[in-house]
Amino acid sequence: MTSQPGMPARRAAAPVAGRVVRDPEVPGPRLALVDLLDRVLAGGVVVTGEIVLSIADIDLVAVSLRALVTSVSALDGPVPVAQQAAQRTAQQAGS
Amino acid sequence: MNAMTDPQGIWVYAVAEAVPDGSLGELTGVSGGPVATVAAAGLTAVTEQVPLAEFSEAALQRNLEDLGWLEEKARAHHAVIDAVAQRQPLVPMRLATVYHGEAGVTGLLTGRSRDFRALLDRIRGRREWGVKAYAAQPAAAADGLAGPAGAAKPSAGAGTAYLNRRRHERSAQEEARQAAMTSTAEIHDTLAGLAMAFRLHPPQAPQLHGNKQPMLLNAACLLDDERAGEFAAVVRSLAADHPAVRLELTGPWPPYSFAELPELTPAGDPA
Repeated sequence: MTSQPGMPARRAAAPVAGRVVRDPEVPGPRLALVDLLDRVLAGGVVVTGEIVLSIADIDLVAVSLRALVTSVSALDGPVPVAQQAAQRTAQQAGS
Repeated sequence: MNAMTDPQGIWVYAVAEAVPDGSLGELTGVSGGPVATVAAAGLTAVTEQVPLAEFSEAALQRNLEDLGWLEEKARAHHAVIDAVAQRQPLVPMRLATVYHGEAGVTGLLTGRSRDFRALLDRIRGRREWGVKAYAAQPAAAADGLAGPAGAAKPSAGAGTAYLNRRRHERSAQEEARQAAMTSTAEIHDTLAGLAMAFRLHPPQAPQLHGNKQPMLLNAACLLDDERAGEFAAVVRSLAADHPAVRLELTGPWPPYSFAELPELTPAGDPA
């Protein structure tokens, strides 16, 4: 697992053992993306829903997420797109 | 792309109180440029100049549907917010908040300063943690027995046995489902009781979270920093007490789920 210099190390939770899985310090890129989108898109990622973004002195624009869902589905198995994007971001943010 | 002549917009990451000079020096933003600030009304917006060729309203509509683009920008947006949030309380702005110019950002800070201050007070010294619950793997028997139907040539007796087995599997699955629902309700109540603030996100769709079992709970909890260890211990003990579900803890996050401005309206009505 490559480290992600662009993502500041998560402050460690007290180590969580047992049945709590997936160390929060090393989230899989795809899972972390979904968790992130839940938050930065405000209102979560809903399969057939829409997001609203604020832009241009507060015009509201609705954007369909259907294409996103389709793309994510296509990432099952090896996830070159997600990883490449993560690495690009890491390099970009880390440089 | 020529940054000198192309029209630029201002991407807003977050709003904080005074942001010390030099604390943003090493950060790189969503368009690869330096992270800057716009100050007004005793507040500071953490910003970046972005080319409207990529970040205008029309371009965003197109680009946000491109998963590679969305992922890259979401991670870059988060990286900046997270870095600043390590040092001071902030109100994160949602992804793709872009203004035409500094005047728009100044107007945001000035017009909503009371809202921003209330949010900053709310999240000061606190962070967000995520807890997701999935149904646990069904009993191994349920998977193992449900082999390809008709793999063996069924005699009359074998057919009856097969049907009995299927019935048994179904009731076992139903029990597991009920147990998982009960556990989820208890976990929900425990977390909600412990957190300073608590919010449910919609459970993620299976094609997004990638797990075989359905997600039953997608909670965000706002916690005092000094209680983070205690919280993790509670999650651990909930996990031990509820084998019907599998828990996943994420965080700490900047307070994304607890610092949303009351909806921005096109009118921009002055208070």
